[in-house]
Amino acid sequence: MPAVSMTVNGKKVSADVEPRTLLVHYLREHLGLTGTHVGCDTSQCGACVVHIDGESVKSCTVLAAQAEGAKVMTIEGLADGDKLHPMQEAFREHHALQCGFCTPGMVMSAIDLVKQNKNPSEKEIREWLSGNLCRCTGYHNIVKAIAAAAQTMRS
Amino acid sequence: MVTVRKYGAGQAVRRTEDKRFVTGHGRYSDDINVGRQAHGFVLRSPHAHAKLGKIDTKKALKAPGVVLILTGADLAADKIGSLPCLAPINNKDGSTCALPPYPVLATDKVRFVGDAVAFIVAETVAEARDAAELVEIDYDTLPSVSDCAEAGKPGAPQLFADVKNNMCADWELGDKAKTDAAFAKAHHITKRDLINNRVIVASMEPRGMTGMYEPAEDRFTLYTGSQGVHSVRGVMAGNVFDVPTNRMRVVTNDVGGGFGMKAVPYREQALVLWAAKRLHRPVKWISERSDAMLSDTHGRDHATHAEMAFDKGGKILGLRVHGIANMGAYLSCWGPCIPTEPAGAMHAAVYSIQNLHITFKVMFTNTTPIEAYRGAGRPEAAYVVERMVEAGAHELGMSPADLRRKNFIPPASFPHKTVTGLTYDSGNYEINMDQALKAADWAGFEARRREAAKRGKARGIGMAYYIEICGTGGSEMAEVRIDSSGAVTLMVGTQSNGQGHETAYAQVLSERLGIPFESITLLQGDTNSVIYGSGTGGSRSLQTAGPAINMAADKVIAKAKKIAAHMLEAAEADITFGDGTFTIAGTDKKVSFDDVRARAFQAGRLPVEVEPGLNETAIFKQTSFTFPNGCHISEVEIDPDTGKLDVVAYTIVDDFGRVVNPMLVEGQVHGGLGQGLGQALLEGVSYDSDGQLLTGSFMDYCMPRADNLPSFSFRYNEVPSPANPLGVKGCGEAGCVGGPPSVMNAAVDALRPYGVQHLDMPVTPQRIWRAIHGTKRKAAE
Repeated sequence: MPAVSMTVNGKKVSADVEPRTLLVHYLREHLGLTGTHVGCDTSQCGACVVHIDGESVKSCTVLAAQAEGAKVMTIEGLADGDKLHPMQEAFREHHALQCGFCTPGMVMSAIDLVKQNKNPSEKEIREWLSGNLCRCTGYHNIVKAIAAAAQTMRS
Repeated sequence: MVTVRKYGAGQAVRRTEDKRFVTGHGRYSDDINVGRQAHGFVLRSPHAHAKLGKIDTKKALKAPGVVLILTGADLAADKIGSLPCLAPINNKDGSTCALPPYPVLATDKVRFVGDAVAFIVAETVAEARDAAELVEIDYDTLPSVSDCAEAGKPGAPQLFADVKNNMCADWELGDKAKTDAAFAKAHHITKRDLINNRVIVASMEPRGMTGMYEPAEDRFTLYTGSQGVHSVRGVMAGNVFDVPTNRMRVVTNDVGGGFGMKAVPYREQALVLWAAKRLHRPVKWISERSDAMLSDTHGRDHATHAEMAFDKGGKILGLRVHGIANMGAYLSCWGPCIPTEPAGAMHAAVYSIQNLHITFKVMFTNTTPIEAYRGAGRPEAAYVVERMVEAGAHELGMSPADLRRKNFIPPASFPHKTVTGLTYDSGNYEINMDQALKAADWAGFEARRREAAKRGKARGIGMAYYIEICGTGGSEMAEVRIDSSGAVTLMVGTQSNGQGHETAYAQVLSERLGIPFESITLLQGDTNSVIYGSGTGGSRSLQTAGPAINMAADKVIAKAKKIAAHMLEAAEADITFGDGTFTIAGTDKKVSFDDVRARAFQAGRLPVEVEPGLNETAIFKQTSFTFPNGCHISEVEIDPDTGKLDVVAYTIVDDFGRVVNPMLVEGQVHGGLGQGLGQALLEGVSYDSDGQLLTGSFMDYCMPRADNLPSFSFRYNEVPSPANPLGVKGCGEAGCVGGPPSVMNAAVDALRPYGVQHLDMPVTPQRIWRAIHGTKRKAAE
C-alpha cells in the first residue's frame, strides 16, 4: 500500500492507504475527522468540501494520494481554540444551519468565496453555492450569513 | 411588570446545538464506529418486477473478507418477521385495506428496482460491494407498472396474487348525494386534472445504522438515524425479532434531516441486527446516495380529478376530489393513511365548504414505497383546493383574494367544525391575507407585469391560503432530572432532526423553572433513558413536548415548595414561586431554587413525608389538534423564449399560534418553502417504461440549489391555539404546504396571456416552453 503524507489542520500526518482511498475517507476513517461528510456519490452535494492549499475542493473527488505533501484544512481546524472563525460565527448567528450535515462543506466553500470575492452580492453568493446542497434551510439564511461574514472579514 | 428573559419564550435565542455543528463535531450515523464492526452491503434488484429464482452465493462467500450472506430463504429459519403497516385504513365498504407482507428481504418476487435481495457482510464495505458482484440470481422478468393511474386498468401487471387490480384501498369521505345536489345548482363548475408529482426526500445525511447483539442476554442495540427511537424499537422488537422491548435498545444521535422519510422502520435496520445476531459482531450499513434514491421512501405521487362548484357571487357550493394515490411496491409504515386519514379531511381547507365528496384509490405499483414527506397529505390536499380556488376566481372574473374573502371561515366561528369532521382550533385568515396583499403590493402588480413585458418577460402573481393539521402523532413525555450538583437533564420523547429542540425546549423549561438556560441539557433518542415518546413528525414536537415539559416542571416546583416551606418554617400554602425564588407570600423571606435543590438531596434534613431528589416525569395527553395557516404570495417572471422561470418575490404571513423562538420558526418556513418550491419547479421522479428509476442520482434528480430560490419575506400573527397550554401551533411543514400552489398559480397567471389555463408540477423550462408554444398565442404581441 502506498504511503501518503500531508499536513492536516496544521499537523503532519502520514499513513499507508489503499490506492483507491479517497481523501474524504482518509480524513474520516484514518484520522477520525468526521466533520467532513459524504452526502452523495456523484460530487454534487458539497458536504465534503475541505481546503487543499487554501482552495476549496470536494474531498470525495480527490484521492488521498493526490493530496501528497499538501496542506489540508478541514472544518475541525477552522476555529482558534474556542474562538470561531467569522464564517462559523455568522452561520450560528444567522441560523444558517438546521440539521448541520451540509454545514461543514458550506462553511469551507463560503470561506473560499470570500477569499476570492471580498464583497459578494446575493446573486454571486447564490451562484457560488450551486455546488453545495442544503435540504433544510431554503438557503435564505445561508446567503445572509455569508454576506455578514464577508463584511466581518473585510473589517 | 413582566420581565422579558433573555432566553425565555418569544426570544430568538441562538442555538445550543450549533457549536458542535459548525465545528464539525456533530455525531451522525456514519460517525459511529464500534470495535470489531463488519460492514453490510444490500444487493438490490435491477428489475422492476420479476419472479425470484435461485440465488447462488457460493462464489461470493469465498470472496475476500466476506463473513455472511443473508437472502430471503434465510428469513423463515431465523424467524425474522416482516415490516408492518401501522396505519391500515378502511375501504368505503367498511373492510380493511389490503396488507400484503413487506419482508426484510424479497422472497418469491422482486417488485421494484431497488428491492432488497441479499445482504452481504464483509470486513470492509469495498469487500462487501465487490462480493455482491459474484452473487448469481435467476430473475424471470415480468411486465411492470409505475404509474398509479395505469395500475388499476384492465390488463395491468399484478404485484400481489391476493390483491385484486393492485388496489390497496378504495377510500371515501363525505356525502356524494348532497354534493351532487349542490353541484346541480351551481352557476359555474371549475374542473382540473392535477398531478402531485412524486419526489425523492433526499435528506442530506443518507440513512445509516449499526446493529449489535449480546448473545448471553439475547439483547440487541441499534444505532440509527431516526425521527423517534420508540417506534423503531417497537417494530424491531415486536414485529421483526419477537423479543421484549427491554431487550431492544435503539439510539439516535444527530440526524441530518428526516422530513418524514426517517420516521419509519427500514429493512436495513432489521438486516444489521439480524447479521449482528448471526455473527456475534457489530454490523454497520451506511446508505450511499444511489441506494438512497432507490430505497428511501419517496413522497407524494397523486393523480387527482377535482371539481369545484360556485354560485354566481363566487361562493363555493361544493368540492369533488377523485384521487389516485401511489403506494409503491409495499406498504410503508404509514403509507395508506397519508392521502386519506386525517389529511383527506383537509380538503375542507379554510373555507365554509358544506358539500364535499372525496374518493381515493390507493394503488400498488412497481416503484419505491411511498411514505410521509414533509406535510404528508396536507400539501396534496392544499394543492388541490388552492389551485381550484384560484382557477375558479379567474374563470368567474373575480380577484382571487375577493373569492377567498367571500368563503373564509369567519373568526367568530372558532372552534370551527368542518363538514369533514375536524375541529379547527383558532384563526383569523382575513388579517393574514390582507397583510400579505399589502406586503406583496398585490395592488401594484399590473404595473410590474407591464414593466416586465417591456423586458420581454411574462410576469405572474399567485396566491395560496393554506391550512394544515398538526400534532396528530399522539401524547408526549418529558422528564426533568435535576441531580445533586444542580445539573438539569431534560428528557423528551421527540427527536430533533435539525429543528433546534435542544434550544426551544430549554427555553420553555428555563422560563418555567427560572433556572439558567445554559444549565439544561436535552437527552433524546435513547430508549434506555427516555421511557416514552412518539417521535418527531407532523409538526408535533413543541405543541406536545412543550406542555409536557411544563407539566414536569410544575411537579418539580410543587415538590420544591414543600421543601421550601420546611426551610422557611412556613405553611406550604403560603409559599409562592417566581423568578427562581420561593417566597413566603407577603414577606421578604425567601429561598432560592438552587438552595432548595441542594436541600432536596439531604435526606436527613427533609420532612419525613418528602422523598429526596427532584426528578419528575409527565405525559401530555394530546386531545385535539392545531391548524396553522397562512397566506403565501408568489411573483414569478418567465422568459418565453427559453421557458426559464424565476421566483422574483415571495411573501408569507403565517399564524403559528404563540411563537417560542421566532428565529427557529422562520427557519422552518424557509426550509419548507425550499422543498415546496423544489417540488413545484424542479423535482420530479421519472421511471421509464420498464420501471427503471431515471432520476437515480443528484445528476439526474434536480435538487433546489441556492440560485433556484429567492429570499423570502416572512411575518406572522399570533392567534394562540386553545389546543395546548402553550398556545403554539405546528410550523415545521407549513412552507411545504403553501409553497407549491402559490408558485404554480403565479406560473399559470404569467402564461395566461398565452392562453395557458393549467400547468403541472414540476414546471420546468421545457414544460413552460411547450405550454407557450403548444397553444395559440393570445398575447397582444
